Amino acid sequence: MSHLLLLVPLAALVLANVVPRSWRPSATWVAFFVCALQTVVVVLPPLGLADWSFLQPLDKAIGFDIALDGLSLLLLVSAGLAGMAALMASNPGLKAPRERFLFANLVLVALIGINGMAMVKDLFSLYVFIEVTAVATFILVTIRHGTAAFEGAWKYVIMSAVATVLMLSGVAFFILIAGGASLEAVKTALAAPDPFAWAAAALFLCGLFVKGGLVPFHGWLADAYMAAPAPASIFMAGIVTKASGVFALIRLSSAVFGDALPARWIFLVVGAVTLVIGAFLSLGQSDMKRMLAYSSVSQIGYIVLALGGSPQLGVVAAALHFFNHAVSKAQLFANAEAIEVSLGTLSMDSMGGLGSRMPVTAGTSAVASLSIAGLPPLAGFWSKLLIVISLWQAGQYGFAVIAILTSLVTLAYFLSLQRRVFFGKTAPQWEGAREARGALLAPALGLAVITVALGLGFPFFLSMILGGGQ
Amino acid sequence: MTLMTILLILLVLASLWASMTTLLLRATIALALASAILAVVMYSLGATIAAVLELSVCAGLISVVFVSVISLTQRKPFKDYVARRMSRMSRFWPLPVVLLGAGVALSFVHAPVQVALPLPSAAGDVRLVMWNIRQLDLFGQILILLTGVIGVLVLFKREDKDGD
Repeated sequence: MSHLLLLVPLAALVLANVVPRSWRPSATWVAFFVCALQTVVVVLPPLGLADWSFLQPLDKAIGFDIALDGLSLLLLVSAGLAGMAALMASNPGLKAPRERFLFANLVLVALIGINGMAMVKDLFSLYVFIEVTAVATFILVTIRHGTAAFEGAWKYVIMSAVATVLMLSGVAFFILIAGGASLEAVKTALAAPDPFAWAAAALFLCGLFVKGGLVPFHGWLADAYMAAPAPASIFMAGIVTKASGVFALIRLSSAVFGDALPARWIFLVVGAVTLVIGAFLSLGQSDMKRMLAYSSVSQIGYIVLALGGSPQLGVVAAALHFFNHAVSKAQLFANAEAIEVSLGTLSMDSMGGLGSRMPVTAGTSAVASLSIAGLPPLAGFWSKLLIVISLWQAGQYGFAVIAILTSLVTLAYFLSLQRRVFFGKTAPQWEGAREARGALLAPALGLAVITVALGLGFPFFLSMILGGGQ
Repeated sequence: MTLMTILLILLVLASLWASMTTLLLRATIALALASAILAVVMYSLGATIAAVLELSVCAGLISVVFVSVISLTQRKPFKDYVARRMSRMSRFWPLPVVLLGAGVALSFVHAPVQVALPLPSAAGDVRLVMWNIRQLDLFGQILILLTGVIGVLVLFKREDKDGD
């Protein structure tokens, strides 16, 4: 089945472009269907509801060097959900039919890139699929043109070019030292006490830190999110930056680094610095989207910090927080779009009292905010709890305390967001504000339900992740 | 001074020209020149196929794409060009200094890298490498080209009257 996860979105992309022009508006629905199909198809086998082993001859016939496991499953589901949310939001978010058509095309390309990242077993292939996703995302940011969009995309391109140089240098070193770039060969090279292998690993990791927007490489992220049209922000914040940088780190941590001490210390220090700086940067923002962007930086810090905890539990905790954050952040960006469509602004200083005007947006945004802040029984609570336990088990008590204290800062900025936007007296200029259309409420509601359901059914979900794919 | 040293110095000079010039067309020519010199370096080191690809794709195809895009743009007035050149020179003057310093420093380093042999390119026929061993990467590269086409449509194609 793994090959179909690359070929079906490609077939949909071709189909969307060969049909007559009058059928082009349906491209959004074709892409939505592909995302939905992916989400359902990969979840069924771990639930025991389907068995795709009859597709193995197809995989053998094509012969790409890819494989599915529990981690891949998590990324594939997150990508499917974020894609569905972004495509649904593209109808109110992008006015011109041509923009919506191109948006659907680019989401399909990025989906192939993300699916490739989920399944590759080679460092160079990982780099290639990261680039596929990145190129599609540069264009997504500029889809509506305008100076801000070009500036945001330009910063993103330049930082990505730096990441490319770092990652390719790392891969080249590994090819020289290990004779190849497969994850197995890289693991063997790192097991030998060779400083050049670790220099190569450090170069590749720095490239991933840039792609993931970790401190001190976080400057481009907020500008790119701000410049992108809302549906693109939902997709980028929900999955793209996390898949390109953070998922690759989780994969390397689980398949290559294991319990290697240098890697764990890099993750601990970079994760803790990102976590704290991202949280304090969020606290000082008055633009809703910018606050959410810096909140993403902080939460990415949590995921990376978890990788420095006890080897196995750390990876599980990081993977779970990756998924929870993808779901909740995609939802919060959908909420932000609902507010922008209704009010025409995202400046929180001018808002207030919108809770009574936009009850569904207010309710769902409260669920996502509290989940990211780590309040029980929502999904974010469990992943943060596992992160703290994994750090404690590894004897990293100081970092565990930093994680707990920063959770309080997270709660503070999300409560501030809720208070400034939804509580208090409605400002006179927003008396006429109305709840968003169904196309914007549906993804927010769907993702909020997932957050609550995951929180309540956490043990079952955890065993599904540990069980893996097929 | 060996031929390789001369080639490497020329490569650095061409790359600096590509980075520091204010005219897009000159930057494209400089980049093509750098690619052509790199192709000669690769050929001298025995990487024949890599040299051919570098020459045909990077020096040839990419330059054509750049020139076609530049032909869609409009030049700024001469006054702006002079001002930009001065500001660019003031920002980029450390680049040659850093490169020169790095080159001198690296010439003293004799890194004891244990090179694993054979290298993937020496594993056999390049067709085998491209179509059998690295076919997944080839798939990814084709996708990047396809995305480039969508990018041109997004960035350069004006919207039709019917908005479609």
